[in-house]
Amino acid sequence: MKKDEVPQDKKIIHGEDNSLVKVLYVTGNDGKYETTKYEGWDAENLAMSQAWDDIDERIGQTRQKVLDGELSPVAYYMEKSLMDLSTLAQYTGFWKFFVKKHLQPASFKKLSAKKLQRYASVFNITVEELTHFPG
Amino acid sequence: MIQKHRLPSMIIENFNHQQSAHCESGVTLSLLRHYGIELTEPLVFGIGAGYFFGHLPFVKVNGVPGTTFRIWPGYIFKRVCSQLGVQMKVQSFSSPEKGMNALDEALAGRQPVGLQSSVYYLSYFPPAFRFHFNAHNLIAFGKDNGEYIISDPVMEGVTRLPAGELEKARFAKGFPAPKGKMYFPVKTSAGHDLPVAIKNGMKKTCFFMLKSPPPFFGHNGIAFLGRKVKKYPEKLESRKASLFIGNIIRMQEEIGTGGGGFRFLYAAFLQESARLLNNEKLVVMSDEMTRIGDEWRNFAYSAARVMKDRSGNLATYGELGDMLIALSAKEKDFFTRLSKQL
Repeated sequence: MKKDEVPQDKKIIHGEDNSLVKVLYVTGNDGKYETTKYEGWDAENLAMSQAWDDIDERIGQTRQKVLDGELSPVAYYMEKSLMDLSTLAQYTGFWKFFVKKHLQPASFKKLSAKKLQRYASVFNITVEELTHFPG
Repeated sequence: MIQKHRLPSMIIENFNHQQSAHCESGVTLSLLRHYGIELTEPLVFGIGAGYFFGHLPFVKVNGVPGTTFRIWPGYIFKRVCSQLGVQMKVQSFSSPEKGMNALDEALAGRQPVGLQSSVYYLSYFPPAFRFHFNAHNLIAFGKDNGEYIISDPVMEGVTRLPAGELEKARFAKGFPAPKGKMYFPVKTSAGHDLPVAIKNGMKKTCFFMLKSPPPFFGHNGIAFLGRKVKKYPEKLESRKASLFIGNIIRMQEEIGTGGGGFRFLYAAFLQESARLLNNEKLVVMSDEMTRIGDEWRNFAYSAARVMKDRSGNLATYGELGDMLIALSAKEKDFFTRLSKQL
């Protein structure tokens, strides 16, 4: 890529500027490589904001399911922490099979204080926040 | 009442932060420079055989199959050190306590330390960057009042990170789990043969790109991904297909490659090598690599258009797949000719 073709497209995600000034290797007029700085380019910004749209939508849907009593708060905070079942299983040290069970409200209600604490600390919230899902 | 002691401050003052295009080559560059070995980022990347391609549909990160344009984490550092006769120490840890203590000990011994980390816990990044991406590399070179002094090659300046956050970043779970991996040079030797190291790096990359067993890696991997992309609209709902190709763009970009998937960095390496090896042919090869990088950029632009379209129409995915298959042939041809020159 030539130096004068370097895009400078700001990365606006969630309505905020998330640009990061990066180093890029580009060719100058003489064809020699040099470095320049840039903030990002359209294609990648779009890919990233699409990924976030998907995440936001999943979080929203899961939140509704928790409010409707279909899923437990663990499901919501799992999405919010950008985790999937296997990552959450690894973080908590619980087997994936059990984590899957804990996503069900009935099984979640039976969780011991110790296990709730384990989930809460992985999600970086208090047990109170985990058990009293805000609406 | 127990008086809480203020933690001692310790900073390796003669360590210099430098912003780089890619994290691991940047970390390796700065660590070696600290020990008097002056290289450039393209040289580190080339000698370290950082150029790669891999597509692993069964390794999913948040439901999206993994694609990489560079070699696995830790490889560049190890390879550059062994090629230049630098003794290094590379450690992983079973527990965070042991890992953090070992870091403190190394810092107390005035060693800047390279660390593998998850971007998710690095609060100095803009929030949108903070995914569970576990193959990031940074340098710790001091500790002050419970915070580590961090030289992250991707950042313009020096940053700080609370000890708790760094611990979480180093001991993140998922794939690939960093397990607190830390690394630093221990001893350097005076006589290293740079031209030989450069040629060896090229040979290794030729080997990776040409001889990796099909279908997942090297030029085969690119064509493999191409064939997959062609089938996305049949096999996936349009939203998912769009996310899958979006991820290819993001991996191509992976902080600072301008969408060229490390191809521009490699072209810079070839250009520099032409001078150091006094080989004019490499100047031509460098130009060709720049064009390959530009084509990867074009692929990303086209992929972005397909994402915007969202209709999931077969023809457009077919075109994207064909672009990848053409790129696979170009890279195969490129490295076949490069390997003949070595």
